[in-house]
Amino acid sequence: MEAELVYIALAALFGIFMAWGIGANDVANAMATSVGSKALTIKQAILVAAIFEFLGAVLAGGEVTSTIRKGIVDADLLSGSPELLVYGMLASLLSAGTWLFIASKNGWPVSTTHSIVGAIVGFAAAGIGVDAVQWGKVATIVMSWIASPLTAGFIAYLIYQSVQRLILRQDDPLAMAKRYVPVYMFFAAFTITLVTILKGLKHVGLKIDLAESYMLATAIAVAIAIIGSIAIRRIQPDPKAEKSQHFYTVERVFGVLMVITACGMAFAHGSNDVANAIGPLAAVVSIAQTGQIAAKSALPIWVLALGGGGIVIGLATYGRHVIATVGKKITQLTPSRGFAAELAAATTIVIASGTGMPISTTHTLVGAVLGVGLARGIEAIDLRVVARIFVSWVVTIPAGAFLSIVFFFIFKTVLP
Amino acid sequence: MANMLANIFGSSPVRPLEKHIGIAFRCAKQLHGFFAAAIKGNWEKAATVRGEIERLEHEADDLKKKIRLGLPKSLFMPVPREDLLELLLVQDKIANRTKDVSGIVMGRKMQIPPEIADQFLEFVDRNVDAAKQARKSVRELDELFTAGFRGAEVALVEELIEELDRIETDTDDKQAALRAELFKIEESMNPIDAVFMYQVIELTGEIADMAERVGRRLELLLSH
Repeated sequence: MEAELVYIALAALFGIFMAWGIGANDVANAMATSVGSKALTIKQAILVAAIFEFLGAVLAGGEVTSTIRKGIVDADLLSGSPELLVYGMLASLLSAGTWLFIASKNGWPVSTTHSIVGAIVGFAAAGIGVDAVQWGKVATIVMSWIASPLTAGFIAYLIYQSVQRLILRQDDPLAMAKRYVPVYMFFAAFTITLVTILKGLKHVGLKIDLAESYMLATAIAVAIAIIGSIAIRRIQPDPKAEKSQHFYTVERVFGVLMVITACGMAFAHGSNDVANAIGPLAAVVSIAQTGQIAAKSALPIWVLALGGGGIVIGLATYGRHVIATVGKKITQLTPSRGFAAELAAATTIVIASGTGMPISTTHTLVGAVLGVGLARGIEAIDLRVVARIFVSWVVTIPAGAFLSIVFFFIFKTVLP
Repeated sequence: MANMLANIFGSSPVRPLEKHIGIAFRCAKQLHGFFAAAIKGNWEKAATVRGEIERLEHEADDLKKKIRLGLPKSLFMPVPREDLLELLLVQDKIANRTKDVSGIVMGRKMQIPPEIADQFLEFVDRNVDAAKQARKSVRELDELFTAGFRGAEVALVEELIEELDRIETDTDDKQAALRAELFKIEESMNPIDAVFMYQVIELTGEIADMAERVGRRLELLLSH
């Protein structure tokens, strides 16, 4: 019994460490877009992130958590020695957390998802055996890493093109913005809610049939669009500011939209990335409690709370500085552009979450930003930095794997 | 801590370009005060204004270099980098010509013939107008980028450039008239002074020419 307590305590500790890292880095990146375009203040961004990260994790994070927890390692091979999986998951958490910490300190762009997946594959292949890795599933995950930035970029391209055509290039952009922005709000809310209802809610134990799902998503989306319209109607043009920037008031209208997409972004992030911290933790807890690798066991609510809580703490302690730095530097991402990037990224991520694919939020967001750029929306994108991101994307996987192999053998020797 | 998401965005040249044309215009604007002082023979005042012109020309030059350094080839932009650099170059020439012409007048303590003094000042002012209109046009750059160089904003900038062309044509007419007046009185002048007076008129007229070229460069951006 004592060994089990040690496992759970260690897993919780490493899980918080990892969640803290995600909050400090990933969430901060996701929220910085809204802060940079002045749609939200830093305090509001932290509040939005706290609420919607949590909701995303609980309502739509089930599929990804189960992928991380039991999709990568073939549990059948381990039924005789479940403790190996415990060591492995502990090692993965610690290695991904450590790598994230080192990378953040040095300013390397890394993805939490890539490091945790690399770590799990690493310990399973080296510590247990190459056959222990479900390579088919891993290949699908890697494909989704390529597909997600491309998809987000494509969606962002289409959204921003439509914004330019319908609003920015018109004779009266403000009137057009007031007319069309609620439509974008509707679509933002509709897609995210629909995917959540269709794919996420079964993990919470709710069963809703297809027709009802669509009706519910439509109702929620209409409600949000109406609230948004009311907020938009209260915006009055400021002739003084308009003189130097004709799109000043138009951008303020998009600012309202961006509050909604920021919520969507936090929700999407919660649905995908919280799993990186709580997936391994959940695996350890379930083995420690039952003594075996249970294929089906409910996710204890305190595990979710731990993940959500760690992220919020990471965001509030260290992430707020990241938000401030990033926010100041991305002034090119005005609300009309930022919303397009956020909406495209959030949609892509939520869909990935629904299908259980752990993808990188930041890379998806980068893809979306490039999409807006391709629509001639961004003044200058530094392709060297984009290239560096993709290099780090590749480096992170072996780095996570290597660290987790080291930790795995340490735990195997030291732990009972 | 360097952050990748933030660093994706290269330093945008748009606002700096708008700032640069502002400095170039302020530089050209000094010419009125400079020539007014020179015509009155108040060389002390002229020297002060000339100092301001030099300072602004330097400021424009420094900003030009900074913008160039911030535009590495790895930048992905909606319009070719070369076109923006060309735009920057002609903007800078507005300040350069201002400095050149004031330098000649100052160095030789040139006496503008009183017969054409008023007409000459009018000509200078019209050239400054051209620079001002160039500034007005370049200040639309950020809106152009937002709208993706299409639609209503393009029409607006085209109108601004048309007006710029009209001003430039007007300076050409004024320049021809001024030369004709100078021709009438050149016999009575010191030949060297007369030659330099023609040159001063020529150089001053180039300010509007450069402003017009700013318009041409902007038009090139619109056609992308």
